[in-house]
Amino acid sequence: MAPLDQTLPRPTGALLLAAAVAFPLAAGWLGQDFYVGLAARIMIFALAASSLNLVMGFGGMVCFGHAAFLGIGAYTVAILMDAGLDAAWIAWPAATAAAALAAWLIGMVSLRTRGVYFIMITLAFAQMLYYVFVSLSAYGGDDGMPLAARSALPFGLDASSDVTFYYVVLAILAAAMWLMQRLVNARFGRALQAVRENETRMEALGYPVFRIKLAAFVVAGAAAGLAGALVANQTGMVSPGLMYWTQSGSLMIMVILGGVGYLYGGVVGAVLLLVLEEYLSGLTLYWQLPLGVLLLAAVLYARNGALSLTARWRHG
Amino acid sequence: MADTPKLQVCGLVKRFGGLTATDQARFDVAPGEVHALIGPNGAGKTTLIHQISGALRPDAGRLSMDGADITHLPMHRRVRLGLARSYQITSVFQAFSVLDNVALAVQARTGGAAGCWRPVRREADVFAQARQALDRVGLAARADALTRNLSHGEQRKLEVALALATDPSLLLLDEPMAGMGPDESEAMVELLLGLRGEITMLLVEHDMNAVFRLADRISVLVYGRVIATGSPTAIRSDAEVCRAYLGDEATA
Repeated sequence: MAPLDQTLPRPTGALLLAAAVAFPLAAGWLGQDFYVGLAARIMIFALAASSLNLVMGFGGMVCFGHAAFLGIGAYTVAILMDAGLDAAWIAWPAATAAAALAAWLIGMVSLRTRGVYFIMITLAFAQMLYYVFVSLSAYGGDDGMPLAARSALPFGLDASSDVTFYYVVLAILAAAMWLMQRLVNARFGRALQAVRENETRMEALGYPVFRIKLAAFVVAGAAAGLAGALVANQTGMVSPGLMYWTQSGSLMIMVILGGVGYLYGGVVGAVLLLVLEEYLSGLTLYWQLPLGVLLLAAVLYARNGALSLTARWRHG
Repeated sequence: MADTPKLQVCGLVKRFGGLTATDQARFDVAPGEVHALIGPNGAGKTTLIHQISGALRPDAGRLSMDGADITHLPMHRRVRLGLARSYQITSVFQAFSVLDNVALAVQARTGGAAGCWRPVRREADVFAQARQALDRVGLAARADALTRNLSHGEQRKLEVALALATDPSLLLLDEPMAGMGPDESEAMVELLLGLRGEITMLLVEHDMNAVFRLADRISVLVYGRVIATGSPTAIRSDAEVCRAYLGDEATA
């Protein structure tokens, strides 16, 4: 079990951040520019997986439809761009807000259920949205739609440069993780983790349990929406597949691999899964098979994810 | 004196399918008193406590606290009005430390979950009050222990500490001595005696020794109905109570 108070030690955080800042320079120097794009993609999914970790790991709400918010964020950017609005400072907050609104509506209904029913109802909502976008032929239907370009960044930054885009994503991820660290250690985060442990007792202590869960769900949905806006920009296209249940599943796998309820579980999980995917798919066409075996090993031998191993190692 | 009752239970009905678990239950708890609710197994004591605390919605009847209708208030709003409860089956946060458990209760009444920025660890006041509550139930020495490592008796104390830390004016105690040994029971009685006069208590308990030592008045619940309310001596000599309750116990 993850501890109640979690902070990344400052030196570790500074070191990680420095490494992330230096990465494109090193990749450029080694002539491996491809990896800058991959790293940006990993950081985007780190944001999405961390947002799922907030509801799943900290709030105990196993949401199997989290990709819906990713998709809504991505489509918001694409639809706005289609309408001629390509400014990032409008489109990205709009994507965040649209996903937050969707999370509020879906949360109002699904949070009345618990356990398996919650898993199923969130899955159902995401699948419904998937089919809505499959049938939206104005926006490409099944095939999705390409984006004319990346969103226009303020301050004369050029998003079409992979390195610039990498730094934008890094800044957003770092800010999001910092905010999440504040949130989970503050009153709200403590209450949320206690709700995960014992909902009835929290109600009996005088906490509005439903409102706490809904707030966490909305915050997580909003963050996933922002990640979706970045995904659309990174890949240069959106498709309903972003909302499909396999996408929700892969976000879940990231959280489980990294460490459910560990502050950086989503980040570690996204790195592990996407790097493995990249590496294994280079080795064999059937890369999903060894990935599956690794997943099995992970849930059998590191039940609470990679970060629980470091915790175990530290405490002997 | 026409004091407003601390708690007024008025014609409460709760049905589960064909079973009427609470059947026109009616009694008052006066301010400051220790009111015991006794009755044979299956009489509906816990069901009644659930309805008073807000965990269950009654099908009919009215509940009021300090004269205000609370029948339709959700549980967390009742707690804000000063109504706290402890559970018959220990319901604490097993994965957290003992101190963190009580700190959550203190946090609940000093701002709740509102706060996204300042780490709770830095709120010295919350933890100071939590330590006081632990001191009160005699768990101060175990503050830093992980709750799941506590003994049963210690967990029962924590259960009461959690309720106390919400600063209640009315405390519902659902079998606080459940599963305790004689020494632990005695300590719990001492603790409750210490709270007497300060907090109004509605006590459900099977340990008759404890009930007769603590209670100012007793209500007897049989098949969901309150068949008698009175002083311990009056209840002891009530013929109907003896037949319905003590008689039942004798044949059981």
